[in-house]
Amino acid sequence: MKMRVFVILALAVAVGLATAVSPFASASPDGLEKVAEKQEFLDQAQLARIQEDSPISGYAFPGVENERVATGLAGFAGTLAVFVLGYGLAFLLRRRERGDAPPRAPA
Amino acid sequence: MIDIPIALHIPDGFLSGGVAALCGVAAVAAVAYGLRVANMELDEARVPLLGVLAAFIFATQMLNFPIAGGTSGHLLGAALAAVLLGPWLACLVLAVVLVVQAFAFADGGITALGANVLNMGVLGALLAGYLMVGAAKVLPHTRVTFLGTVGVVSWLAVMVGAAATSVELAVSDTVALGTSLPAMLGVHALIGIGEAVITVAAVSAVLAARPDLVALAPKELTATGAGVARPVERTI
Repeated sequence: MKMRVFVILALAVAVGLATAVSPFASASPDGLEKVAEKQEFLDQAQLARIQEDSPISGYAFPGVENERVATGLAGFAGTLAVFVLGYGLAFLLRRRERGDAPPRAPA
Repeated sequence: MIDIPIALHIPDGFLSGGVAALCGVAAVAAVAYGLRVANMELDEARVPLLGVLAAFIFATQMLNFPIAGGTSGHLLGAALAAVLLGPWLACLVLAVVLVVQAFAFADGGITALGANVLNMGVLGALLAGYLMVGAAKVLPHTRVTFLGTVGVVSWLAVMVGAAATSVELAVSDTVALGTSLPAMLGVHALIGIGEAVITVAAVSAVLAARPDLVALAPKELTATGAGVARPVERTI
Protein backbone atom coordinates (compact mmCIF):
# COMPACT_ATOMS: atom_id res chain seq x y z
CA MET A 1 0.00 0.00 0.00
CA LYS A 2 1.34 3.41 -0.93
CA MET A 3 2.07 5.76 1.95
CA ARG A 4 -0.38 8.32 0.65
CA VAL A 5 -3.16 5.75 0.46
CA PHE A 6 -2.33 4.47 3.94
CA VAL A 7 -2.37 7.97 5.44
CA ILE A 8 -5.64 8.93 3.76
CA LEU A 9 -7.27 5.68 4.88
CA ALA A 10 -6.02 5.99 8.46
CA LEU A 11 -7.04 9.63 8.65
CA ALA A 12 -10.47 8.76 7.28
CA VAL A 13 -10.85 6.12 10.01
CA ALA A 14 -9.81 8.65 12.69
CA VAL A 15 -12.09 11.40 11.40
CA GLY A 16 -14.92 8.91 10.96
CA LEU A 17 -14.60 7.63 14.51
CA ALA A 18 -14.38 11.12 16.00
CA THR A 19 -17.30 12.44 13.96
CA ALA A 20 -19.73 9.56 13.76
CA VAL A 21 -18.94 7.33 16.74
CA SER A 22 -17.90 9.77 19.48
CA PRO A 23 -21.45 11.16 19.86
CA PHE A 24 -22.47 7.68 20.99
CA ALA A 25 -19.53 7.06 23.34
CA SER A 26 -20.17 6.31 26.99
CA ALA A 27 -21.03 9.44 28.98
CA SER A 28 -20.15 7.77 32.28
CA PRO A 29 -17.32 9.36 34.27
CA ASP A 30 -13.94 7.96 33.33
CA GLY A 31 -11.50 6.23 35.66
CA LEU A 32 -9.98 9.30 37.28
CA GLU A 33 -13.25 11.21 37.47
CA LYS A 34 -15.00 8.27 39.13
CA VAL A 35 -12.28 7.94 41.75
CA ALA A 36 -12.32 11.71 42.35
CA GLU A 37 -16.07 11.62 42.78
CA LYS A 38 -16.04 8.68 45.20
CA GLN A 39 -13.18 10.06 47.24
CA GLU A 40 -14.67 13.52 47.22
CA PHE A 41 -12.05 15.64 45.60
CA LEU A 42 -13.79 16.16 42.28
CA ASP A 43 -15.00 19.60 43.42
CA GLN A 44 -11.41 20.80 43.61
CA ALA A 45 -11.28 20.83 39.82
CA GLN A 46 -10.85 24.28 38.36
CA LEU A 47 -10.85 25.70 34.89
CA ALA A 48 -7.79 27.79 34.10
CA ARG A 49 -8.70 31.31 32.99
CA ILE A 50 -7.32 30.69 29.52
CA GLN A 51 -9.61 27.68 29.20
CA GLU A 52 -12.72 29.78 29.77
CA ASP A 53 -12.25 30.92 26.21
CA SER A 54 -11.48 27.47 24.82
CA PRO A 55 -12.97 27.33 21.34
CA ILE A 56 -14.60 23.93 21.83
CA SER A 57 -14.92 23.61 25.59
CA GLY A 58 -16.07 20.19 26.75
CA TYR A 59 -16.11 18.68 23.24
CA ALA A 60 -19.28 20.55 22.28
CA PHE A 61 -19.00 22.59 19.10
CA PRO A 62 -20.27 26.07 19.97
CA GLY A 63 -23.59 27.25 18.62
CA VAL A 64 -24.90 23.78 17.87
CA GLU A 65 -27.90 22.81 19.95
CA ASN A 66 -28.08 19.13 19.15
CA GLU A 67 -25.64 17.51 21.56
CA ARG A 68 -24.68 14.63 19.31
CA VAL A 69 -24.08 16.89 16.35
CA ALA A 70 -22.04 19.26 18.55
CA THR A 71 -19.86 16.39 19.75
CA GLY A 72 -19.42 15.02 16.26
CA LEU A 73 -18.40 18.42 14.89
CA ALA A 74 -15.98 18.85 17.79
CA GLY A 75 -14.45 15.48 16.98
CA PHE A 76 -14.21 16.33 13.29
CA ALA A 77 -12.54 19.69 13.91
CA GLY A 78 -10.26 18.38 16.64
CA THR A 79 -9.03 15.37 14.71
CA LEU A 80 -8.14 17.47 11.68
CA ALA A 81 -6.48 20.11 13.86
CA VAL A 82 -4.37 17.48 15.63
CA PHE A 83 -3.44 15.92 12.26
CA VAL A 84 -2.29 19.26 10.86
CA LEU A 85 -0.34 20.11 14.02
CA GLY A 86 1.30 16.69 14.28
CA TYR A 87 2.13 16.62 10.58
CA GLY A 88 3.47 20.17 10.67
CA LEU A 89 5.60 19.54 13.73
CA ALA A 90 7.02 16.34 12.26
CA PHE A 91 7.68 18.09 8.95
CA LEU A 92 9.65 20.85 10.68
CA LEU A 93 11.56 18.37 12.80
CA ARG A 94 12.27 15.72 10.21
CA ARG A 95 15.76 14.53 9.60
CA ARG A 96 17.28 16.40 6.69
CA GLU A 97 19.36 14.37 4.28
CA ARG A 98 22.89 15.52 4.80
CA GLY A 99 25.60 15.52 2.19
CA ASP A 100 27.63 12.88 4.00
CA ALA A 101 24.66 10.61 4.65
CA PRO A 102 24.92 7.20 3.04
CA PRO A 103 22.51 6.65 0.18
CA ARG A 104 19.24 5.18 1.35
CA ALA A 105 19.21 1.43 1.06
CA PRO A 106 16.55 0.07 -1.26
CA ALA A 107 13.60 -1.24 0.74
CA MET B 1 -17.63 24.05 40.27
CA ILE B 2 -20.45 22.60 38.28
CA ASP B 3 -19.63 23.49 34.71
CA ILE B 4 -16.35 21.62 34.49
CA PRO B 5 -16.52 19.64 31.30
CA ILE B 6 -16.23 15.91 31.69
CA ALA B 7 -12.77 15.61 33.18
CA LEU B 8 -10.98 12.97 31.19
CA HIS B 9 -7.60 14.17 32.34
CA ILE B 10 -6.24 15.75 35.52
CA PRO B 11 -7.84 19.19 35.77
CA ASP B 12 -6.23 22.15 37.49
CA GLY B 13 -6.80 22.16 41.24
CA PHE B 14 -5.98 18.50 41.86
CA LEU B 15 -2.22 18.88 42.08
CA SER B 16 -0.11 21.15 44.29
CA GLY B 17 2.05 23.76 42.61
CA GLY B 18 5.22 21.84 43.41
CA VAL B 19 3.98 18.55 42.01
CA ALA B 20 2.62 20.24 38.89
CA ALA B 21 5.93 22.01 38.34
CA LEU B 22 7.99 18.88 38.88
CA CYS B 23 5.84 16.90 36.46
CA GLY B 24 6.08 19.81 34.04
CA VAL B 25 9.86 19.72 34.13
CA ALA B 26 9.91 15.96 33.55
CA ALA B 27 7.43 16.24 30.69
CA VAL B 28 9.31 19.09 29.03
CA ALA B 29 12.57 17.17 29.30
CA ALA B 30 11.07 14.08 27.68
CA VAL B 31 9.42 16.09 24.92
CA ALA B 32 12.65 18.00 24.30
CA TYR B 33 14.50 14.72 23.93
CA GLY B 34 11.74 13.56 21.60
CA LEU B 35 12.29 16.65 19.45
CA ARG B 36 15.97 15.78 19.27
CA VAL B 37 15.26 12.18 18.31
CA ALA B 38 12.90 13.41 15.58
CA ASN B 39 15.61 15.68 14.28
CA MET B 40 18.09 12.82 14.12
CA GLU B 41 15.93 9.88 13.10
CA LEU B 42 12.57 10.90 11.66
CA ASP B 43 12.68 10.08 7.96
CA GLU B 44 10.72 12.25 5.59
CA ALA B 45 8.65 9.21 4.63
CA ARG B 46 7.39 8.75 8.20
CA VAL B 47 6.35 12.38 8.71
CA PRO B 48 2.70 11.73 7.76
CA LEU B 49 2.57 8.77 10.16
CA LEU B 50 3.22 11.09 13.09
CA GLY B 51 0.35 13.35 12.06
CA VAL B 52 -2.11 10.59 11.39
CA LEU B 53 -1.22 8.78 14.60
CA ALA B 54 -1.82 11.93 16.65
CA ALA B 55 -5.17 12.33 14.90
CA PHE B 56 -6.11 8.70 15.53
CA ILE B 57 -5.22 8.93 19.22
CA PHE B 58 -7.18 12.16 19.60
CA ALA B 59 -10.18 10.52 17.95
CA THR B 60 -10.05 7.35 20.02
CA GLN B 61 -9.61 9.31 23.25
CA MET B 62 -13.11 10.65 22.57
CA LEU B 63 -14.51 7.13 22.42
CA ASN B 64 -15.21 6.33 26.03
CA PHE B 65 -16.17 2.71 26.40
CA PRO B 66 -18.20 1.57 29.40
CA ILE B 67 -16.53 -0.59 32.02
CA ALA B 68 -17.97 -1.92 35.27
CA GLY B 69 -19.83 0.21 37.80
CA GLY B 70 -20.95 3.22 35.80
CA THR B 71 -17.42 4.10 34.83
CA SER B 72 -15.89 4.54 31.42
CA GLY B 73 -12.44 4.50 29.95
CA HIS B 74 -10.77 5.46 26.74
CA LEU B 75 -7.60 4.65 24.86
CA LEU B 76 -4.52 6.52 26.04
CA GLY B 77 -2.50 5.57 22.98
CA ALA B 78 0.99 5.84 24.45
CA ALA B 79 1.76 2.17 23.83
CA LEU B 80 0.33 2.33 20.31
CA ALA B 81 2.48 5.33 19.47
CA ALA B 82 5.55 3.72 21.05
CA VAL B 83 5.14 0.53 19.03
CA LEU B 84 4.68 2.41 15.76
CA LEU B 85 7.22 5.20 16.25
CA GLY B 86 9.48 4.23 19.12
CA PRO B 87 9.23 5.59 22.67
CA TRP B 88 10.57 9.12 22.21
CA LEU B 89 8.61 10.09 19.12
CA ALA B 90 5.58 8.68 20.93
CA CYS B 91 6.11 11.28 23.68
CA LEU B 92 5.83 13.97 21.00
CA VAL B 93 2.64 12.53 19.56
CA LEU B 94 0.94 12.36 22.95
CA ALA B 95 2.13 15.86 23.82
CA VAL B 96 0.52 17.24 20.63
CA VAL B 97 -2.76 15.51 21.48
CA LEU B 98 -2.79 16.63 25.11
CA VAL B 99 -1.84 20.24 24.33
CA VAL B 100 -4.71 20.54 21.84
CA GLN B 101 -7.10 18.92 24.32
CA ALA B 102 -6.09 21.30 27.12
CA PHE B 103 -6.13 24.54 25.13
CA ALA B 104 -8.84 23.97 22.54
CA PHE B 105 -11.15 21.62 24.44
CA ALA B 106 -10.52 22.57 28.09
CA ASP B 107 -9.85 18.88 28.72
CA GLY B 108 -7.14 18.52 31.34
CA GLY B 109 -5.71 21.46 33.24
CA ILE B 110 -3.11 23.94 32.08
CA THR B 111 -0.88 23.72 35.15
CA ALA B 112 -1.63 19.98 35.16
CA LEU B 113 -0.62 19.64 31.50
CA GLY B 114 2.86 18.45 32.41
CA ALA B 115 1.44 15.77 34.68
CA ASN B 116 -0.99 14.64 31.98
CA VAL B 117 1.77 14.45 29.39
CA LEU B 118 3.91 12.54 31.87
CA ASN B 119 1.18 10.12 32.98
CA MET B 120 -0.58 9.44 29.70
CA GLY B 121 2.34 9.97 27.37
CA VAL B 122 5.88 9.76 28.60
CA LEU B 123 5.66 7.05 31.26
CA GLY B 124 3.52 4.72 29.19
CA ALA B 125 5.48 5.30 26.00
CA LEU B 126 8.86 4.71 27.62
CA LEU B 127 7.70 1.69 29.59
CA ALA B 128 5.94 0.13 26.61
CA GLY B 129 8.70 1.01 24.18
CA TYR B 130 11.60 -0.29 26.20
CA LEU B 131 9.72 -3.40 27.32
CA MET B 132 9.06 -4.16 23.66
CA VAL B 133 12.73 -3.75 22.85
CA GLY B 134 13.70 -5.98 25.77
CA ALA B 135 11.08 -8.59 24.91
CA ALA B 136 12.34 -8.80 21.34
CA LYS B 137 15.70 -9.90 22.70
CA VAL B 138 14.33 -12.93 24.53
CA LEU B 139 11.10 -13.89 22.76
CA PRO B 140 10.70 -15.52 19.36
CA HIS B 141 10.09 -13.10 16.52
CA THR B 142 6.70 -14.32 15.43
CA ARG B 143 3.62 -12.31 14.72
CA VAL B 144 1.66 -13.90 17.58
CA THR B 145 4.38 -13.29 20.16
CA PHE B 146 4.84 -9.75 18.96
CA LEU B 147 1.14 -8.89 19.15
CA GLY B 148 0.85 -10.64 22.52
CA THR B 149 3.67 -8.50 23.86
CA VAL B 150 2.00 -5.40 22.46
CA GLY B 151 -1.13 -6.29 24.42
CA VAL B 152 0.74 -6.82 27.68
CA VAL B 153 2.77 -3.61 27.47
CA SER B 154 -0.36 -1.64 26.53
CA TRP B 155 -2.02 -2.80 29.72
CA LEU B 156 1.09 -1.97 31.74
CA ALA B 157 1.31 1.50 30.18
CA VAL B 158 -2.17 2.30 31.44
CA MET B 159 -1.37 0.93 34.89
CA VAL B 160 1.82 2.96 35.25
CA GLY B 161 -0.08 6.10 34.29
CA ALA B 162 -2.78 5.36 36.86
CA ALA B 163 -0.20 4.65 39.56
CA ALA B 164 1.71 7.85 38.78
CA THR B 165 -1.51 9.85 38.97
CA SER B 166 -2.23 8.39 42.41
CA VAL B 167 1.25 9.23 43.64
CA GLU B 168 0.97 12.80 42.32
CA LEU B 169 -2.42 13.24 44.00
CA ALA B 170 -1.04 11.84 47.26
CA VAL B 171 2.07 14.05 47.29
CA SER B 172 -0.25 16.99 46.55
CA ASP B 173 -2.25 16.09 49.69
CA THR B 174 -5.37 15.74 47.58
CA VAL B 175 -6.13 12.14 48.52
CA ALA B 176 -4.20 9.52 50.48
CA LEU B 177 -2.23 7.03 48.44
CA GLY B 178 -3.80 4.16 50.40
CA THR B 179 -7.27 5.09 49.20
CA SER B 180 -6.58 6.34 45.68
CA LEU B 181 -4.00 3.81 44.50
CA PRO B 182 -6.16 0.67 44.85
CA ALA B 183 -9.13 2.53 43.35
CA MET B 184 -7.15 3.90 40.41
CA LEU B 185 -5.41 0.61 39.72
CA GLY B 186 -8.66 -1.32 40.02
CA VAL B 187 -10.49 0.85 37.50
CA HIS B 188 -7.52 1.05 35.16
CA ALA B 189 -6.89 -2.68 35.21
CA LEU B 190 -10.17 -2.87 33.27
CA ILE B 191 -9.49 0.19 31.11
CA GLY B 192 -6.11 -1.36 30.33
CA ILE B 193 -7.82 -4.40 28.82
CA GLY B 194 -9.64 -2.08 26.44
CA GLU B 195 -6.35 -0.36 25.71
CA ALA B 196 -4.70 -3.71 24.97
CA VAL B 197 -7.49 -4.86 22.64
CA ILE B 198 -7.56 -1.61 20.66
CA THR B 199 -3.78 -1.34 20.48
CA VAL B 200 -3.34 -4.92 19.26
CA ALA B 201 -6.07 -4.40 16.66
CA ALA B 202 -4.54 -1.16 15.42
CA VAL B 203 -1.01 -2.58 15.31
CA SER B 204 -2.19 -5.69 13.41
CA ALA B 205 -3.94 -3.44 10.90
CA VAL B 206 -0.78 -1.45 10.28
CA LEU B 207 1.26 -4.65 10.22
CA ALA B 208 -1.02 -5.98 7.48
CA ALA B 209 -1.08 -2.78 5.43
CA ARG B 210 2.38 -1.32 5.90
CA PRO B 211 4.57 -3.52 8.12
CA ASP B 212 7.53 -1.23 7.57
CA LEU B 213 5.73 1.46 9.58
CA VAL B 214 5.78 -0.58 12.79
CA ALA B 215 9.03 0.70 14.24
CA LEU B 216 9.33 -1.80 17.08
CA ALA B 217 8.32 -4.90 15.17
CA PRO B 218 11.09 -7.47 14.67
CA LYS B 219 12.70 -7.34 11.23
CA GLU B 220 11.23 -10.71 10.32
CA LEU B 221 7.77 -9.12 10.39
CA THR B 222 8.50 -5.92 8.56
CA ALA B 223 10.29 -7.02 5.41
CA THR B 224 8.59 -5.62 2.34
CA GLY B 225 9.40 -5.64 -1.31
CA ALA B 226 9.66 -2.19 -2.92
CA GLY B 227 7.06 -0.68 -0.63
CA VAL B 228 4.51 -3.36 -1.36
CA ALA B 229 3.47 -5.44 1.60
CA ARG B 230 3.81 -9.17 1.24
CA PRO B 231 1.78 -11.52 3.39
CA VAL B 232 3.53 -11.38 6.73
CA GLU B 233 3.39 -15.11 7.31
CA ARG B 234 5.67 -15.78 4.38
CA THR B 235 8.46 -13.78 5.90
CA ILE B 236 8.50 -15.51 9.28
